[in-house]
Amino acid sequence: MSDDHGHHPEPLTDVERRARALEELLTEKGIVSPEFIDQVVDAYAQDIGPMNGAKVVARAWVDPEYKRRLLADGSAAIAELGFGGPEGDHIVAVENTPAVHNVVVCTLCSCYPWPVLGLPPTWYKSPPYRSRMVREPRTVLAEMGCDVPDDVEIRVWDSSAEMRYLVLPARPAGTDGVGEDELAATVTRDAMIGVARL
Amino acid sequence: MAGAAALPRENGELVFDAPWQGRVLGMALAVVQERGLDWDEFRHRLIAAIQSDPSRPYYESWTAALIDLVVDLGVASADDVQARAARVDP
Repeated sequence: MSDDHGHHPEPLTDVERRARALEELLTEKGIVSPEFIDQVVDAYAQDIGPMNGAKVVARAWVDPEYKRRLLADGSAAIAELGFGGPEGDHIVAVENTPAVHNVVVCTLCSCYPWPVLGLPPTWYKSPPYRSRMVREPRTVLAEMGCDVPDDVEIRVWDSSAEMRYLVLPARPAGTDGVGEDELAATVTRDAMIGVARL
Repeated sequence: MAGAAALPRENGELVFDAPWQGRVLGMALAVVQERGLDWDEFRHRLIAAIQSDPSRPYYESWTAALIDLVVDLGVASADDVQARAARVDP
C-alpha cells in the first residue's frame, strides 16, 4: 500500500550533487553536522526575518531615546531587542527624512543585515539591481514602484566589507497613538531595504 | 532530512528555491564557525565566484565559493568533491 511505486525522483542537478558531496565529506571529517545545518535552515526559514527589523523600526518610532541609540550604534540597539548573530556585528541604521531617502545595495555580492531582515531576496542579489542601483537609483526605484519626490535626495549605501545597512523608514502620518505591535505590522521588508516607502 | 519536503516560505516568498541552497548556506556558516574564521574568508570567495561567472545563479556561485574555501583549508581537494558528487545516490 505504501511503497514507492510510481515515485520517479527527478535526477539530481550537478550543483545538487556537489552540495550533497560537500555535506558528506564535511560531515565525515567532523567539520559540520547535519543537525547544525538543519538548525540554520530552520532559523532563516522561520525565526530570522523582516519581522525582527519591523520591531526595531516600531520601537524607534515610539521611543526617541531608542531611536537615538539605534542611529548611534545599530548592532547594540538591535541587541537590546534580542537580535544578533551572523552578519549582525556592524549594523548601521540610516534614517529617512523629508529631505533624504536611503536605499541599500551590495554591488559585489549580497551583503545584508541578516539578524533584522533575514536572507536577501533574489532580486537584491541579481546583477541588474547590484549594478544599476548605484548608477541610476531614482530610475531603478521608480521601476520597482517607489516614487521618490524630485526634491528628496536619494542616498545609496553600498554595503562594504563590514557595514550592513538598515533603512529606518519615516513613520507614516496619522499613526499617533497607534501601539507598537500594530506599527510593526505596517513596516515592510522592502521599506527597510529602501526600495519602498510606507 | 528536515525540511526536504516542504520548501520554507517567508512573507509569501520562498527563502530557498530548493533544499540544497539551505544546505550550502548552513555549511558555509558551519565551516567558518568551526575553523574560527572571519566571515570575510567566505565572502571574498563568493565575490570572486560571482565575478568569474556573473550570469551563474547565485547559490551556484555560493557553492563554488564553498568548494574553494574547503579546498583552500585543505579539508578536501576539488577532485575529492567531484568524485564524491559523481557517486551521490539520489
